[in-house]
Order: sequence, then structure tokens, then C-alpha cells
Amino acid sequence: MRIVFEKRQSVSRTIRVLVPVVSLVFALVFGAFLLILSGVNPFVAYAAMAEGAFGDVHALSETLVKAIPLMLTGLGVSIAFRMLFWNIGAEGQLAMGGLVATGVALYASNALPSWSVLPAAILLGMVAGALWAAIPAVLRAYLEVNETITTLMMNYIAILLVSHMYHGPWRDPGGYGFPGTARFPEVAWLPRLYDRAHAGLFFAIIAAAVLWFVLQRTKWGFELRIMGENPTAARYIGINIERQIIVAMLVSGGLAGLAGVCEVTGVMRRLQQGLTVGYGYTAIIVAWMSQLNPWGVLLVGFLLAGLLVGGDQIQMAMGLPAAMGLVLQGALLFPMLGGALFTEYKLRFVHASPEDAVLPRESLPKESES
Amino acid sequence: MNKERAEKPILRMEGITKRFPGVLANDNVGLELHQGEVLALLGENGAGKSTLMNVLNGLYRPDEGSIYVRGELTDIQSPRDAYDLGIGMVHQNFMLVETMTVAENVVLGLQDLSFQPELRQVKRRLEALGERYGLKVDPDAYIWQLSVGEEQRVEILKLLYRDADILILDEPTAVLTPQEVDDLVGVLRQVVNEGKAAIFITHKLREVMMFADRVTVLRDGKNVATRSTSETDPDELARLMVGREVLFRLDKTACKPGAPVLEIENLKALNDKGLPALRDVSLAVHAGEIVGIAGVAGNGQRELAEVITGLREAAAGDVHVNQRCITNCSPRRAIEAGVGHIPEDRVEMGLVGDMSVAENLALKAYRTSVLSQGPVLSLDGMKDFARDLIDGFDIVTPGPETRVKFLSGGNLQKTILARELTACEGLLVAVHPTRGLDVGATEAVRKQLLEERDRGTAVLLISEDLDELLEVSDRIAVMFEGEIVGVVPADDADVERIGLMMAGEHREEEGAAG
Repeated sequence: MRIVFEKRQSVSRTIRVLVPVVSLVFALVFGAFLLILSGVNPFVAYAAMAEGAFGDVHALSETLVKAIPLMLTGLGVSIAFRMLFWNIGAEGQLAMGGLVATGVALYASNALPSWSVLPAAILLGMVAGALWAAIPAVLRAYLEVNETITTLMMNYIAILLVSHMYHGPWRDPGGYGFPGTARFPEVAWLPRLYDRAHAGLFFAIIAAAVLWFVLQRTKWGFELRIMGENPTAARYIGINIERQIIVAMLVSGGLAGLAGVCEVTGVMRRLQQGLTVGYGYTAIIVAWMSQLNPWGVLLVGFLLAGLLVGGDQIQMAMGLPAAMGLVLQGALLFPMLGGALFTEYKLRFVHASPEDAVLPRESLPKESES
Repeated sequence: MNKERAEKPILRMEGITKRFPGVLANDNVGLELHQGEVLALLGENGAGKSTLMNVLNGLYRPDEGSIYVRGELTDIQSPRDAYDLGIGMVHQNFMLVETMTVAENVVLGLQDLSFQPELRQVKRRLEALGERYGLKVDPDAYIWQLSVGEEQRVEILKLLYRDADILILDEPTAVLTPQEVDDLVGVLRQVVNEGKAAIFITHKLREVMMFADRVTVLRDGKNVATRSTSETDPDELARLMVGREVLFRLDKTACKPGAPVLEIENLKALNDKGLPALRDVSLAVHAGEIVGIAGVAGNGQRELAEVITGLREAAAGDVHVNQRCITNCSPRRAIEAGVGHIPEDRVEMGLVGDMSVAENLALKAYRTSVLSQGPVLSLDGMKDFARDLIDGFDIVTPGPETRVKFLSGGNLQKTILARELTACEGLLVAVHPTRGLDVGATEAVRKQLLEERDRGTAVLLISEDLDELLEVSDRIAVMFEGEIVGVVPADDADVERIGLMMAGEHREEEGAAG
């Protein structure tokens, strides 16, 4: 008896749902072993996690606080990934969005009519994220510079620039020397829904709806899908690839920038440490796990946020070392990501013969990547 | 050619049945192979040829049936077992490691390989083998440096190096130039004259007559007939393969050329390596006319098609379509000028495998008001559009929503043809439109090209199949080293002379510009 690994001819809806669920169960079992090794009852720990993430309204609001930036950056990243543009720069684009929104909130509040401060902060923050993303897009489109490197490097520039601003020029003179800007005037606050959960949730939902429509029903979305599935064919049918890359990256960076705006105007209400805590990187996982589907991004973003919040919670509640929360998060993500493989492939048990180790070649003209 | 060696066959396959989910690929199939002969395995795409050979090579296990090698019943479980029995196969897509040298590729996978293989001996033996069989390849060359024809030689050398005496070649000529095909015939003759035997898979009748001593015909996974090539002819083989009479002569009405649609003047362009590929090409194609481009692969045909369709920059010269200059414009502008394009590589370029048939049919028309209002696509419009084309062009698909990659080669090409013929206005550039297609699909494609011509479209047909050019074209332009060395009317074309021009031996002085 042997086991072979083969590509599914078609992916049914049941499989799409079943695989993540089974992966989750695996992940929980795997995590349970780690918890037992550290001397904790896994059932108690998981209960504490769930309680901490979704247990009451306050817990839910904290989960939403983390879910909103994950959703927005996740949507942005998935747009870029759709056309095989590996934007891992959402973190930097988020930082630039937050930075520019801070500038508007702190220095333009008096000059602008009060109703327009928040819209201006949002708009300019998105533009900042978009332009930050446009730099690697232009480099890739016209000079074929590898975008993985440039987007990553530009993260460091943005993150350090933000850090420099609140440590130096923009530091609150009345802040007793703590790094961070002054609190924003109230006109620049993003309205909150409950506790710290803020109106950024609506932005995420609207963005997902718009993206879904654009991808499924518009010429532009059609072109984006073609570029992702077969770039050679995209060129052949006359799609302007350079323009497409730049426009899609403007959208991608704009959404990440919006996440940054929401963080400073909705959560912190000032610029300080804690703007760039890795949402832009986690967004890559969100995008993959949701298979680049906008609605999926919302769902996965919410669940991952729960994992983050719950992980923090058991550190406190169970007296586990701080690292344990992260270890557990990683341990849970691994089977989830690995499981995604089984949506495209399946295992087959073969009785003592290698007959089907090789796919009938004539069945498919070409296997597509990714 | 000692084809009458009627002793025990070196290979006998009996009652082979192989099922795949939903498909009976081989149904009680058998064949015999004798020492010193070349056996052609003839059949349309999907007739079960490759399956049968994969069974022989140990890639598949038959559900029923037995294989006798040199009279002994064998149980071939893997390609390794097949090798041990002296059976080797050259697959359609070669199994070579690009970044390694020829010699390294040859020893790859040998079982008794020492930790540090004595490559010098390997090379010496390779050179000797190359000499003996006329398979000259530099053992130190890297695979990526080789042409497709040379890669095939390496694959054959691999088998000979391992002393295989039953060679299986899966559609070996699909990637070869006419000259290379001739070389391959010579190689196979030499191989079988030394007492080995070869099976080669094909669906081209001419090649059966060229290569084989005997031919076994498969249709729909069943044996249809086995003949000696000396006792049959292409007409009979075609009948056996397709199961009906095949139209070999298409009904071709007289050509009534109108105004020039495509006008190329003094065109120059570079190839991917930056070397001149087109040196001063001038050509005109008129409405209602098919101009065929003949030539050995790599003489600028591909670059010519790419410049016309906007996929490659011209270094000098002009391209006009419908009196509009499209020199160095984008592919989009070329499409808008009325250029339809059947690309050389239908899977890599012409289609998006993971998208539906309907979406693939809409790949060009989605910009028009038929399929969209403003920026928004009309899904109903796309569905209707797809249904019309599927009916009109006889595309066999479970439905418009099926992912296109699940269609057969012929239907893939029909999908492209349907889309391009609908989208093009005035000029169609068709590059190897029937390559790899079976007889039925080939016939359908050629008919469509002729019908399109009769509708007044100018067609530029690039093909390596001289028979196709003679049959379909009105004029034939021969390309050699980036130049058009002659243009002749197809009706009374002298094949010999075209061959000489393709080889660069002859040049028509008077009519280089059509």
C-alpha cells in the first residue's frame, strides 16, 4: 500500500469548506500538545482564548480593533496578488497612511473647516499609501525591478520615518519626553462604535463589496484576473500591463494607507509606537488563506484577529510566558496554511502498485501554477 | 530494410486494457514489434497511443493484458523495470535538466553511478555513439544552449547509452524542421539496422510512409488494423484512422484578391537574443488572399508575426494594416486596426487555462459594447456570445462555464479561432494553426481559413507544414535568414524549388516583394 499525492481535476465547494475546518481541528490538536508540554490544560487554555477573543462585547471590540487593519491591508495585498505582484509592502504603506493622516490632524486642523478634517486625513492618508506603493509599481512596470525586494525595503524606510517623526520633530512638547505626538483634536477622531472598535469596520466592508464587484463584473477586474492567470495571454490580447500594475498598486497601497489612517484616528488618536506591529505582514497570510476572495478576507481577518487577541489573553490569564502566545499562533497557522494545499491536491491510497503515480498526461494541456 | 524477419517478435503486447475514471483509454489492444523494424503507432489525439506506450514504459499499469519481451512474459511496474528490459522512451516534452550539460544529463539516473562519475569516459562514449548514429551533440554543451532538435538527439542518445533496444518515440517530429525530420529518419534506420527496434507515435500519415516498415492503427482505444507500409497508402491509413473518408483536397475557389490589407516595407527586427531576425522584409497581403510563409523554423517567421501583432518592436521599416500605420504600436492598437492573431503557442499565449470557455471566447470582444456597458461587463451578453460561438464553430465542451484547459487540443484551437475570426477585421495572422491537431480538427481549421478568405479577409499563414501551405495558400513566400527569398503562386508551385529556397540555395530574383 502506498500513498500518492495528486492534483484534483476540479475543486468542489464542499472541499473548499471542509479543508479549512479539518485544518483547524488539526491546528488545535497540534497546539494542544504544545500547551500540555508547558504544563497547561489545553481545554482550559483554548476556552480562555475563545473567551478573550469573542467572550463578551468588550472582547469582541478588541478583536475588531485588530481585525480592521488586517481586513484593509488583506484586501490591498490580495488585489496585488491577483495579478502576481508580490506586494509585501503593506506595512510601509500603512505607516505612510498613518503618518500623513497625523500631519493633517495635527497641523491642518485649524486651517480647515472642522467637518473636513477627518475626510482630508482619510483621503490624503490613502493617497500617501497609494503613492508609496506606486514607487515599486513603476519600477517593476517599466524597469522590471523585482517588487518583492523593493516593497520590503520601503517598509523599513516608512517605519523608520514614522518612528523618527514621533521621536523628533512631531514629539509632543507636553508629553514628559515620552515618544509620541500630541493627542489629535477631536475633529480628527474617527467615530467609535463600541469601546475601541471604530468606524473603520465600515470602510473594510465597503471596500470588500466594491472589490468583489470590480473583480467579478468589470472590464478592469477581468483584465486583472487574466494578468494573474496568464501574463503572456494578457499581453497578447492587448492589456496595457504597465498601467494595470500601477493602477492596481495604487488601489492596494491606498487600502493599506487607509488602515494606517484608521489606526491613528480611530484607535490611538495620536501617532506613537504601536502603529506598525505587523498587520501588513499578517495581511499576506490573510490574503492567502482567503484565496484572494474579498469576502474571505473579511472572514479570515476577523478570525486571525481573534487568534491574536486570544493569544494575548492566555498569556495574562494562564500565566504563560509572553512568547507562548506567539508560539501558539504560529502552531495554529501552520496546519491552516498547509491544509490549503489539500484544496488543490488530494491523497490517494494505492494498493501495492505505482500505476497512478503519474497523472494521465493527455487529460490536461497544462497545469497552471499557484 | 529487412522487414520480413518473421522470427519471434522482440515485443508482443496482448489484450491491453487500461481504464481511467470515465474513459476506456485502451480496449483490448495488441501489437507486435520485430527486430530491425520501425513500427508506427498511428491514431488521432485521444486514440490511446500514448496510453499504450506509457503502459509499455511502466508509467501506467494495465488493468488487463500481458506484455512479452523477447518471448518472456514480463511485469513492468516502473520505468526502471522497462529500462532493465531494454525499453526506453523519448517523451513529447523532454525530460532534461536545463542547467546541466549533455553528458551530465545522460548519466543522470544511472544506477551504478559512482559518487564522482568519470565524465571523460561518458563523453568519449557519447561522441562514439554520436558518430555511429549521426547524432552529433557537444557533450559539454548545456541543455539550455541547445535547439529543440538537439535536445531530442540528447534524449535518443540517453537511450542508446543505456543500451536500450526497444525505442519508443512519442510524436518525435512535432518539434522538428523538415531537415531534422530527414535526419531523424536516418538515425532510426541506422538504429534498427543494428538489430534494435523502434516504435514511433504519430498522427501524420506522410511520416508513417517515411519512417515505418509497418503501421498499427488505433481508433477510440481499439486496434483498427496493422499494415505493411509497402501495402498501404495514405488514403487508406486516413480512412482507418478517422473512420471515414477524409477530404484531402479542400474545395478551393479561385482567389479574387482585392486591395492590399497588410503592407510591410523594409521591415527589420531583432530576435530575443538581440540578433537580427528580420532583415529588410517587404510583403503585401491582399483582401481575399492567403499568403503562406514557408521556411525552416527560426528564420524570422515568429518575429514577423510578432511585429505585425505589436508584440515585438521593429528596428526599422513600416507595417500598414488597412492603410493605418501600426509600426511599433501596442498589441491593443494592432487589434483595433483589425488584426486577428492565432498565436503559435495556443496554451501559453492564446488561452487562459483556468478561466472558462466563455471567458476565453470573450478575451477580445469584452471591450466592445456587445459584452459591456461602460466599465461593467455584461454577464448575460458573455453567455449568449459564448453559446453562439460554441455552436457556430462546433466547439465540443460540456458547457460555456467549463474551464478551457479541460478541452482537447482541437477544441482549444477552435476556441481561439472562433474568438479571433470574430474579432479580426481585415487581417488574420495564423501561426502554425494546425500544429499538433488531429486530422479532423486540422481539416476544420483549414476550411475556416479558406472561408475567412472568401469573406474578404487577408490571411497571413505561417506554417512549417509545406503540404498545408500548398493546399491552403494562394501565394507562398519563402523566408530564409530573415529575408523573403521568393514568392511563388501556390497553384503550380514547384516543391523542389521551394525546398531549395528554404535551405537558402536558391533565390527568386524578380519577385522578392509580393
